[in-house]
Amino acid sequence: MSPHPMNRTVRLGAGAGFAGDRIDPAVELARSADLDYLVFEVLGERTIAGANARRLTGSDHGYDPLLRRRLEATLPTCRQHGTTIVTNGGAADPSAAGALAVEIARAGGFTGTRVGVITGDDVLDAVRRVDPELWETGTPLSAETDDLVSANAYIGAAPVTEALAEGADIVIAGRLADPALYLGPLAHEHGWDLDGDPVLLGQGTMVGHLLECAGQLTGGYFADPLTKPVPDLARLGFPFADVESDGAAVFGKPAGSGGRLDRRTVTEQLLYEVNDPYAYITPDVTADFSGAQLEQTGPDRVRVTGGTGRARPDELKVTLGFRGGWLGEGQISYAGPRARERAELAAEIVRTRLADVHGLDPDAVLVELVGAGAAFRGLAGQQDPVEVRLRVAARVDDRIMADAVGWEVESLYTTGPAGGGGARRHVQEVLAIRSCTLPRELVRPHVSIEEA
Amino acid sequence: MGTIDDHADVRTGDKGDTLILAVLARSEEAYQVLERALSPEAIATHYALPLSGPVVKRSLPGLNALVFTLPGALGGGVTGSPVLDGHGKALSYHLLSLPLSTPSRSDQ
Repeated sequence: MSPHPMNRTVRLGAGAGFAGDRIDPAVELARSADLDYLVFEVLGERTIAGANARRLTGSDHGYDPLLRRRLEATLPTCRQHGTTIVTNGGAADPSAAGALAVEIARAGGFTGTRVGVITGDDVLDAVRRVDPELWETGTPLSAETDDLVSANAYIGAAPVTEALAEGADIVIAGRLADPALYLGPLAHEHGWDLDGDPVLLGQGTMVGHLLECAGQLTGGYFADPLTKPVPDLARLGFPFADVESDGAAVFGKPAGSGGRLDRRTVTEQLLYEVNDPYAYITPDVTADFSGAQLEQTGPDRVRVTGGTGRARPDELKVTLGFRGGWLGEGQISYAGPRARERAELAAEIVRTRLADVHGLDPDAVLVELVGAGAAFRGLAGQQDPVEVRLRVAARVDDRIMADAVGWEVESLYTTGPAGGGGARRHVQEVLAIRSCTLPRELVRPHVSIEEA
Repeated sequence: MGTIDDHADVRTGDKGDTLILAVLARSEEAYQVLERALSPEAIATHYALPLSGPVVKRSLPGLNALVFTLPGALGGGVTGSPVLDGHGKALSYHLLSLPLSTPSRSDQ
């Protein structure tokens, strides 16, 4: 069934690890790394809900805001090199993203390009019908008072293999699970049965997990100038993996690119955001990374084997997005002698006025002294900082109240402590994220093929 | 014996409002020391944040690493909390200041 001879190595490249990721490293991979697949992973829990909210308000399309730029930058090279693009950048509207891909392919003269669009992760109707219990509250969805705007199930690799079997040159999905973006091409190329051997699927999922955050495998989110120096982060190279038919993978990065790839960078990423490395639950398999074996095989080359797995879960995780009110915030700086004391006085003034003048519940107001331990949430002892940036924030029901938070900080310019400078204010709508599960059979992915 | 900073690297991630803290020992010897020193209680004491459940520790001897989960540590998480670093990405480095004490005679 495999479209290629057995024992062929498949090269997967990581073109993006989150919605805001750089584009030039993906271009570098596409041009120089002779990829079979280029994968853009651009969805997080909050990105899919945000995309749904933008689509609902009609303020914007529902797909990844950088999708056009990512595709315009890489699609011509990928088409010339026979590299297939796979992405979850369809976000809340994979069909519109598919139409965009068709448009970009035509504009580039690549008529005949086949775009596979995966839908069916939107399970809003199903969760309303089933009324599942929410993980965070332990109560049914119907008990929520906030307005539900989106429900997206994490779907597995099966529809990716289906699209590839139909000859897709670009595969665009919404809430496809991150590792499944990579497991799909591996299953297609190596003829792996997605209902079959969980050991193989566990190893393939481990490969996908290592690639899914792109630059975090090659020194990004790792670098520390003293303990973990990384060369040339400004030109950080994104990783690729050469994957054999048994799932064994050699990770590398483009020659001459910045960054480093060794056992330390790989081990950190292997355990990143994994709450249980013995049981990492995905739609395709319950993967086990605990027995991973890492071997440095050359400069910036690491071979990874030993991933395994057990049966996949019967239920699929669903991310629910609710309208969660508004976040208002304001910031202002104090520096020099008594910077901290003046920032604390400023915070007290804002707190008092938000309660007395605007009627805001003081418990809703959060004060952070940036530069005096805010990032550690007050856990670490503080010395006298050279400067302190006061940040006041509150989540409130309406936009006017949210705006008052930043307003009261800004007005400290002429009414607050001495030497307050650099005030900024910001208001944004908040989407609250909660989770539940749905029985697998209620989630029905669908693949359609459009041709440019 | 210094602090954790002398023996390990750290990386945090988030799932909902659970903080996931990975501790990566720089040698097998360091791993043995950290495996003994870093109990779930020691982590909960050092990260004295309001938690919604117990700290869970998972040991990975094959990787010389430990993974701790701190449920509720992010107080609503990236979409629920007004905190600047809702992901808790900076919180990893808080562990590095934890002193490692030499085991006393009475422990043996």
